[in-house]
Amino acid sequence: MKKIIMTGTLAALLTFGGLSVPALAGPVDVVVESAWSRASIGMNRPGAAYMTIRNTGDEPVTLIGLSTPLAMMPEIHETKTNAEGVSSMSAAGEIAIAPGESVALEPGGLHAMLMRLQQPMTEGETFPLTLLFVDGGEVTVEVPILGIAARGPED
Amino acid sequence: MRRRTIAGYGAAGAGAIALTLFVGWWRVDGPGAPEPIEQRPMALTEMDFRLTDHEGNEVGPETLIGRPTMAFFGFTYCPDVCPTTLSDISGWLDDLGDEAKQLNVVFITVDPERDTVEAMAEYVSYFHPAIRGWTGPEGQIARIADGFRAAYERVPTEGGDYTMNHTASVFLFGAAGRFVTMIDYHEPREFAVPKIRRALEEETEGAT
Repeated sequence: MKKIIMTGTLAALLTFGGLSVPALAGPVDVVVESAWSRASIGMNRPGAAYMTIRNTGDEPVTLIGLSTPLAMMPEIHETKTNAEGVSSMSAAGEIAIAPGESVALEPGGLHAMLMRLQQPMTEGETFPLTLLFVDGGEVTVEVPILGIAARGPED
Repeated sequence: MRRRTIAGYGAAGAGAIALTLFVGWWRVDGPGAPEPIEQRPMALTEMDFRLTDHEGNEVGPETLIGRPTMAFFGFTYCPDVCPTTLSDISGWLDDLGDEAKQLNVVFITVDPERDTVEAMAEYVSYFHPAIRGWTGPEGQIARIADGFRAAYERVPTEGGDYTMNHTASVFLFGAAGRFVTMIDYHEPREFAVPKIRRALEEETEGAT
């Protein structure tokens, strides 16, 4: 348990220091930068996490899903606001990232929607989030949990 | 092998494009198109609704008249847009400093089933202290949304849960209750704060 917390703190320090969390597992050449999330009120409401996913390889990569012990149903969702100013949210499906390109998960756009929380998201802690790719590759990042009113990774 | 992979991407891409076009048509021109909202919001003085604030006080349009108002719709089970809007507003209020004290700032839930007075009280406590949370019976929420010409809709999600689509703009009214302007979702802060100041200046015009 202590070890997990220390790893989390290290990852959080690296993230806050502006360094990217390296892709530790899988054959995928993917780097995840500036990951962050907001604290939750209890466990009933879904959480959201944000990050930039960069394809550093020579081949396209396709993100097909998420997994985390924090939530039973983590999914990439996309918020859209129409011409009338009405916002709606739906599953984003697969996300292809061309070589050298990146995809930003940020407020009001794509986000990792964390449904069915298994524990509250507490400010100051971190949680592991695994990105699943179509070729079977996986990338796990430690996502820092910031305050409920956080606006970005630096808050 | 590689060619097959590329062909696979091509097919998936074409499928995705076709789906996107279909979804776009459905929402914009097809049966899924929302009712057009072209009318401006009514003046607060013309509205009629009874709601409860997060401290249990009964509130209505008259609660807002006399001071400029910034109001928006949302729900506390909203993971992305609503906390972002509330954080943005908290930032604008910080930028306005003492001027912010002249403003009514109201967060109106479109999800009264889950957003009880207690839920609203806890939620707003995490943001700028000027923000008030309003909830009430479904019929009264419908009346205030109608007055604002705001739209909302309950959308079922997997596993029996639901989410809410809703107007994400922030509405500004002068002290006399007249609609001034709105701040669209994601409008840069350098546009938002001057718009709020316009609503604050309406105060003197409204008073004369």
